Amino acid sequence: MLYYLTKRLGLSAVVVCLVVLVLFSLLHLIPGDPATIALGPRATPEAIARYAEKMHLDEPVWRQFMIYVANAATGDLGLDVFSDRPVTAIIMERIGFTLALVGTGMGWAMLLGIPLGCLAAVKPNSWLDRITGVFSVGTIAVPSFLVSIWALLIFAVHLRWLPAIGAGEPGDLGDQVSHLILPAFAIGLSWVGYLARMVRASMLEVMGENYIRSARAFGLRPRRVIFGYALRVAILPTITLIGMGFGGMISSTVFAEIIFARPGIGKLIFDAVTARNFPIVQGAVLVATGLYILVVLISDILIAWFDPRVRESL
Amino acid sequence: MSENPSESETGEPAVDASGLPDHVTDADIRESAARERREKLRMFLTNWQGVTGLILVTLFFASAIFAPWLAPYDPNALDVPARLSGPTWDHLAGTDQLGRDTLSRILYGGRVALKIAAIGVSVALVVGLILGMIAGFGPRWLDNLLLLAFDTVRSFPTIVLALAMVALTGPSLGMVLAIVIITSIPQYARVARTATLTLKNTDFILAERSLGASMARILLHHVMPNVVGPLLILAAMDVPVVVTVEAGLSFLGLGVLPPTASWGTILNEGYLVIRDAPWMVIAGGIPLILTTLGFTFLGEALRDIFDPRMGKGR
Repeated sequence: MLYYLTKRLGLSAVVVCLVVLVLFSLLHLIPGDPATIALGPRATPEAIARYAEKMHLDEPVWRQFMIYVANAATGDLGLDVFSDRPVTAIIMERIGFTLALVGTGMGWAMLLGIPLGCLAAVKPNSWLDRITGVFSVGTIAVPSFLVSIWALLIFAVHLRWLPAIGAGEPGDLGDQVSHLILPAFAIGLSWVGYLARMVRASMLEVMGENYIRSARAFGLRPRRVIFGYALRVAILPTITLIGMGFGGMISSTVFAEIIFARPGIGKLIFDAVTARNFPIVQGAVLVATGLYILVVLISDILIAWFDPRVRESL
Repeated sequence: MSENPSESETGEPAVDASGLPDHVTDADIRESAARERREKLRMFLTNWQGVTGLILVTLFFASAIFAPWLAPYDPNALDVPARLSGPTWDHLAGTDQLGRDTLSRILYGGRVALKIAAIGVSVALVVGLILGMIAGFGPRWLDNLLLLAFDTVRSFPTIVLALAMVALTGPSLGMVLAIVIITSIPQYARVARTATLTLKNTDFILAERSLGASMARILLHHVMPNVVGPLLILAAMDVPVVVTVEAGLSFLGLGVLPPTASWGTILNEGYLVIRDAPWMVIAGGIPLILTTLGFTFLGEALRDIFDPRMGKGR
């Protein structure tokens, strides 16, 4: 396990470094003066000179990269072009909104999807199984940003049950929760289908195994066999799916934040892109990608923890 | 293409090939291959998901290709007196804020989606296939290097990488294509690599090698035909992703630029007037869902018929 852990951590570290390299070189791959590109056509010559100095653009490219990495490692991601505030501080202000949204979205999807998949697998071809099947196919086919727009249209504009935009008054928990419901619904919906399908498929496979038959033959209660024995094994591919799919979750969170005007990381990146505020884009993209890499890492470690065979394969 | 490696090795044809008694002629073998092909076609035609998928996909292609003949109006023709009208007999899907006919714009938007899907998926497939075969067949260090590169690209949530790239270059159709291609190459390459690795040590490749066949000949004539089948299925499943990325970016105003009709720009314009004219976001979303549904159904049906094992673990 220790060997696996070291190797897996090392791999993630290398990928993070490469991600930083890609983000850094994006700016330099585009022909033209990096400062002008990063700040856009509206930037004043003074701002460009200041940016060039701050980013050490007069140094050779490899030195610039080293400086960028060294700064990023200590948590310094540069300064906002317009307000001169540290990018790290701005990201920290916003990341809570994103984490709350992703957590809620993934949470309700798991709470509904996994039991649904189990029940569908326990009684294949029952009415519940059929409904779950149709629901899964239906939700997987609808792009999440469309779910966001339509949810906004139905529940906020038409029925006026829930607020349409913003993240609620700071300090007012009820208000914040009511602003969280629609975006969390939108990003979680297709995941309910995904998870139910995945859990159903792997449960069906596991339920046919000999040790489940033995457990049943010993007279264990069905509930215990299903949740105590079968689900523990059947959940493993689902953990991988959640890890791998987390990137898609971040993508749909970006859309949900923009559509519902929720001040998270996704909205931050979008606003910075339209305002051509590249230091913010660079920093926030790095944080979002780092988050994804972290989740994949955690899911891989969890799998290795539960399943000794995986440990030996790397 | 219709034979997949597992069946041609372990199924009945292997018996014919190994023993090859005198009474088995070429015609018999051809006859059995034809029977298998007919069997698969029958399986496909009795699979309701596959048939629905095929119909929807055909509809998508036909409506995009014949848009100029099908569209009742010019997609950019203004009709200001009839602006923001609901569905009427003159404008079946209503009009937008400039009085342009939404149905015509949807039909023309399909052309953009088709263009992105066709070019993006085929380029990504070919490049991914080549890189994957190189990784699988080439030296170990090259394999590791390519794997690391794929992992790095996959570490970026698609939309987040797209935002970072658009931040520097500005939105355009070419940029959307580049994003789509870069982000989908790794998955094709990975599948191609795994398939190549398993083929690498089979007897017929070994025989080919000992006959002195060049690397290029082995890859092109012997590895590629066996690898390309699963990749085509993957391509069918990738189309919804590609179409969604295009629509999503255009919706954000970072993809196809406004005067051009695209499903994303229709949704964007509809989102801006969502309180006054809800039918625009409804009409703009339906073709997106139908396309996604069609390709997903088609891909899954093809997978179930030609490569049942592929469904596991995803």
